[in-house]
Amino acid sequence: MSDLDSFRSETRAWLEANCPPEMREPVRDEDDVYWGGRNASFKSDAQKAWFEACVAKGYTVPAWPKAYGGAGLNPAEAKVLREEMSRINARPPLSSFGIWMLGPALLHFGTEGQKQRFLNEIARGEIRWCQGYSEPGSGSDLVSMQTFGEDKGDHWVVNGQKIWTSYADKCDWIFCLVRTDKDNKYQGITFMLFDMETPGVTTKPIKLISGNSPFCETFFDDVAVPKSYGEDCPGFVGQINRGWDVAKYLLGHEREMISGAGGGDRTAAIGAAMKRATAKEGGELDPILRAELAMFDVDALAYACMGEKFLDEIKVGKAHPAQPNMMKYAGTELNKRRHELMMSVGGSRSLEWDSDDTDGGKPARNWLRTKANSIEGGTSEVMLNVISKRILDLPGA
Amino acid sequence: MPLYHNEDQAMLAETASQFMAEEGAIAKQLRHWRDRECKDGFGHALWKQMAELGFTGILVGEEDGGLGMGHVEAGIVLEEIGRNLTPSPFLTSSVLAATALKHASEDLRGRYLPGLVSGDSVFAVAVDEGAKHRPERIACKAERSGNGFKLSGKKDFVIHGASADMIVVAARTSGSDSDADGVTLFAVPKDAAGMNHNAVRLVDSSMATHTTFDNVELDGDAVIGEVDGGREVLNALLMAGRVGSAAEGVGVARGAMDMTIDYLKQRKQFGRLIGEFQALQHRASHLYSEVEIARAAVIKAQQLLDAGSEKADLMASVAKAKVAKAAGLAVKEGVQMHGGIGMTDEYDIGLYMKRDRALQEFLGDAYYHANRVAELSGY
Repeated sequence: MSDLDSFRSETRAWLEANCPPEMREPVRDEDDVYWGGRNASFKSDAQKAWFEACVAKGYTVPAWPKAYGGAGLNPAEAKVLREEMSRINARPPLSSFGIWMLGPALLHFGTEGQKQRFLNEIARGEIRWCQGYSEPGSGSDLVSMQTFGEDKGDHWVVNGQKIWTSYADKCDWIFCLVRTDKDNKYQGITFMLFDMETPGVTTKPIKLISGNSPFCETFFDDVAVPKSYGEDCPGFVGQINRGWDVAKYLLGHEREMISGAGGGDRTAAIGAAMKRATAKEGGELDPILRAELAMFDVDALAYACMGEKFLDEIKVGKAHPAQPNMMKYAGTELNKRRHELMMSVGGSRSLEWDSDDTDGGKPARNWLRTKANSIEGGTSEVMLNVISKRILDLPGA
Repeated sequence: MPLYHNEDQAMLAETASQFMAEEGAIAKQLRHWRDRECKDGFGHALWKQMAELGFTGILVGEEDGGLGMGHVEAGIVLEEIGRNLTPSPFLTSSVLAATALKHASEDLRGRYLPGLVSGDSVFAVAVDEGAKHRPERIACKAERSGNGFKLSGKKDFVIHGASADMIVVAARTSGSDSDADGVTLFAVPKDAAGMNHNAVRLVDSSMATHTTFDNVELDGDAVIGEVDGGREVLNALLMAGRVGSAAEGVGVARGAMDMTIDYLKQRKQFGRLIGEFQALQHRASHLYSEVEIARAAVIKAQQLLDAGSEKADLMASVAKAKVAKAAGLAVKEGVQMHGGIGMTDEYDIGLYMKRDRALQEFLGDAYYHANRVAELSGY
């Protein structure tokens, strides 16, 4: 038996012993997802037990080094763990922008002191982070941001406004892009870390077309951000005025995540499931709709191959560095199409905004939510610009 | 297995790419034979050269003198064929017929495979019996007669039919037209009495035939595989052909796309390079994405086929359908972005559009294969 095979059987046994049956059900509600943080509470004992078992094992962040709360798994082992978790439909024990976004930035750019403190906090779900990038006038043109931090020696005084700050009203700390040099567009931004309870920080949820409010406006009014949180633990990541390097690195991660390159629902074929759903309602698929579903399935199955190829190539450094932009573009356009088709198959039932049948308007709310896929993390148009410039090398792009 | 080429495959790709770009180039082959109205539609000298490189027998087992490689390797050659629009009998002979002959008796293999491997023989495959690919229906009849069979009926869209030394024919030996059982495959030699070819030149200047069989007498040993049990061989042949033509289609798409992107970097209008216009940049980037995704589907299908996976059938149809859409987009955008010059015969981009059209119809178009994806998925 190879090492990987024995790792697989150990993992299987561990999951069997530690993942409660209730945690092997699909996520249905927002509170099925555990985000951690200072004000977090568990929905059930099972959720708590599953989370605590994973923290102890380092499985909230399996690929991070053990010193920072991870399990130190190599890529092959991490893949086995993912496969074994998905085999039993195990829910993620902890969801967090700290894991997806800040963690990779700190692993790459952070000091040892920052890693020791922040990565461990993230792995244990103690601090819930949000991301302060976009501003009302700076969406796709992110680098035009205006939020300004005035240098006061040992700290900055930050003034300005961020928008689309996911869950800002529920988060403990923010990683935030702040302009620290007004004369230098790219090399005048600093990637700061600070507590959302710092005086001068306020948040206001934004109600969306889906009826939900996952995003906030966030206001900074004379917020004092320390340059240091102690020995070897600066209040910023990377270098002062070079936060754009960190942001660009992170956007790559974010695009990969939004593209669904790792597989899962948004790259799967849907025709068969849609047929079953219609049959349950006593109806049958309109032939033209069936044809659209078939064309969608062709695209979805082909995209899943691309996702697999992309991850294989990343592992050996064969992927073009701008390929995440292509994955993000194609994956999000596909996901929008998927939900358009699901709405069509659902018919009048899928229009119901608040009935029990639709579990509180799930189909419609999910469909509306997907419209943001090709906007958030860089619009489809920006992705196409990047492909033109960096992959196709078109002039003036 | 990772979805990229290993070292050996990358080396093969380099050889194939260099050879097709030099020897198989459009001016040297496609235009050359087209302008001479060559009755075969391809050059036999190039076919011999392909044999010297081992390409002809890439899917032929080592025990039969071939290289014993897989569909990934055949696909590498096909992608370069597509990229250079190189006319050759590779797809019909080395992929389709070679796959059928894998199921043949030692005697049949000994009769035909040496000629294929040496580049002296060319084979064709006769499946379709109408203008659209409908292999579910086989009406062409082979009735028992003495020790052998008498073959009657007609076949359409037989690529290289008139040039072939042997044609693999799917015929009905029992049952009715749309039965799965009762189909038998035959290796029909070139000189069979009663076989007639009406040869037609297609839009891409390749040659195909409407072939009729009028009581063509065949020996019992012309049977490939089992009598009445030919559907399995036919399916294997079709799957190999679908994945192979998808690989060639990716080559056509990439050839057309590369040419178009180059043109965007050179052509000036309104005092600017047209590649500076965002309207064209976005379409070019979209095209790039579609072609890359199609390419991933093809390599996945090739690997599944080589591994003998039961998912190969579904993925072969996904690949064929996806490539048809992506390559169709590549050639249409190619001609449009070239503007007026794209409409001229002198310029190559139009040749890509013609080849793509012919490849799309070959062994089922995007609609046929999307429908198959639905059926195989249970809806």
